[in-house]
Amino acid sequence: MGRLTTVAGEKTYFVMLLARFWFGVEGVANITGNSTEKFTLHGGIVYSFVFDFLVNIMNSISIKLNSEEQAMLDGDFGSARQWAMQHLLEVGRFFDATDLVPVTQAHIMADTESLGEAGVRFLENFARLSEGERVVRIPMITDPRGIDFKHYQALKQTEEMASLEQRAIDAFSALGILMTDTCINYQTITPPTRGEHLAFGDTGVVIYCNSVLGARSNFEGGPSSLAAGLTGRAPRYGLHLESNRRATKRFNVAFQPSSLADWGALGAIIGKQAGSYWEVPAIEGITATPSSDQLKHMGAAMASYGSIPLFHLVGVTPEAPDINAVCDPSVTLSVDVQQKDIDEFFGQYGARGEKVDVVVFSAPQLSLFEMNDVAKLLDGKKLHSDTALLAVTSPTVYADAKRFGIVDKIERSGAMVLSGMCFYQSYAREMGLANGWRRLLTNSAKLTNIIGGYGYQPTLASMQECVNSAIAGEIL
Amino acid sequence: MTNDVLNLRCHVGTGDIVSGEALVTDDNFSARYDLDRKEGVFSRPQHKLYGQSYVDKILVVNTAKGGVASAWMLYEMASRNIAPKAILFNQVNPILTQGSAFANMAMCDRFEDGDVTTLIKTGDTVTVDPKRGLVTVVQAV
Repeated sequence: MGRLTTVAGEKTYFVMLLARFWFGVEGVANITGNSTEKFTLHGGIVYSFVFDFLVNIMNSISIKLNSEEQAMLDGDFGSARQWAMQHLLEVGRFFDATDLVPVTQAHIMADTESLGEAGVRFLENFARLSEGERVVRIPMITDPRGIDFKHYQALKQTEEMASLEQRAIDAFSALGILMTDTCINYQTITPPTRGEHLAFGDTGVVIYCNSVLGARSNFEGGPSSLAAGLTGRAPRYGLHLESNRRATKRFNVAFQPSSLADWGALGAIIGKQAGSYWEVPAIEGITATPSSDQLKHMGAAMASYGSIPLFHLVGVTPEAPDINAVCDPSVTLSVDVQQKDIDEFFGQYGARGEKVDVVVFSAPQLSLFEMNDVAKLLDGKKLHSDTALLAVTSPTVYADAKRFGIVDKIERSGAMVLSGMCFYQSYAREMGLANGWRRLLTNSAKLTNIIGGYGYQPTLASMQECVNSAIAGEIL
Repeated sequence: MTNDVLNLRCHVGTGDIVSGEALVTDDNFSARYDLDRKEGVFSRPQHKLYGQSYVDKILVVNTAKGGVASAWMLYEMASRNIAPKAILFNQVNPILTQGSAFANMAMCDRFEDGDVTTLIKTGDTVTVDPKRGLVTVVQAV
């Protein structure tokens, strides 16, 4: 097993080296003159032939399947599960997985702005299969949707958008997927346990569950989450492997974040510097134990800015009781993050004195505590007539917030409370054009990273500053 | 005068053989964050390819950014023929891999010869053979 993992893990490079070894002096002369292989007629053809021959041999070392997995691949469990196995294997081969890992929950990102007509049709084709062929095999839930049917007309979303959304919901329901419509399932549905293997979508969900709860999931896009739900499996690569969970970069935080926007800014700075999905930051220097919402904002921004799926907060997160538990002595370089870095981060979005079109609390959806904080800040106040304020949360939090009078308190100010959607997953470009929204103010560092591509000019501020600006009609 | 031809080896990728004109940046990539998928152009002002069309290009970028939506979006873009022909990364993340596998789009990463965003120039004619892990570059004169 160990040898197989080694060989498969370095498959292409192993083949390359072997081909060069077999090719001998001529090949070496051809290759080493410049690290880029110059394609010459004689050497190139022979080299390519040997290379392809060896690639084929190595590709024949396939991902190991048990009898049930093989039966799904052979179509014995229907066409949906057969497609799912084929998809998992293609992704698994790309990342040199040697087998599949059983997963216990799946979470799917599938708003209709992303799915489009083509994606919805794909789901509808599965929804028409017999129940035995189409229903998912493990508990499976949904990320936020693109439409809140109570408010889509007020947001100037179109009937066409609502119709496509309803078709997607019908298809998901037919597949046995639970329409939780949330990106904070770790706060509101069933938090995973340490070591639990998952197939979770939404980068904010994945980084929180990996880091704060010690669960094991890669970023799973919609098709891969669906494939995992249909089979109960995921390819064993990336963060399913202990070896990929060790810290690769150290960050020393020389200040204590305060607001949720501060935590988001810290996550953004670390994410940008960490650089890629395959880096694992270990963070030191935070002295107070953070709250769930603080880690939620930090993780969501880190994942957004850097595609980071896992961090270790030393002394806080479960795999990092101390630095030595997650970080080898060879990782010596530590990047300092200071107050001035945070100030510069906020400063890049500065637009003080400018008219604000829309204030958005979203990305991630608000917890009950955040909803309560927004309500307290808005209580007895009225928004400026030219400024909209949207507070976006999950259906379960919405129900509680309604019961506790929080929703009514927010709405009395003129703000809107949206349930089961997320701002940037909800046709943000079209909403902006229809409502004349351009200058957007938010306390979500993640949202500031995303929303510029949708035609908005974002500014980052604390929740308090956002609310005060919404009342004043300009960025304070 | 003949154009120089480079053969670049990379990890075995997804999709079928395609050829096209390269559009290259050392910036990163997310379909959700960076693109106007109706107009087929890069739309995030901070992106180095801002305003440029990616349609039918062999897109060459550094790495993938957060956002799981790209996994659906490549399929949706391909269904409207407003997608890149292929995407080449120095190192990709799972989302773009899953998306290219779902869309049957050519995609490769982990190039043996170094930084692919410097090995290929915008305007080069590129053939991507994902199953062989081979990218052939005819350099623009």
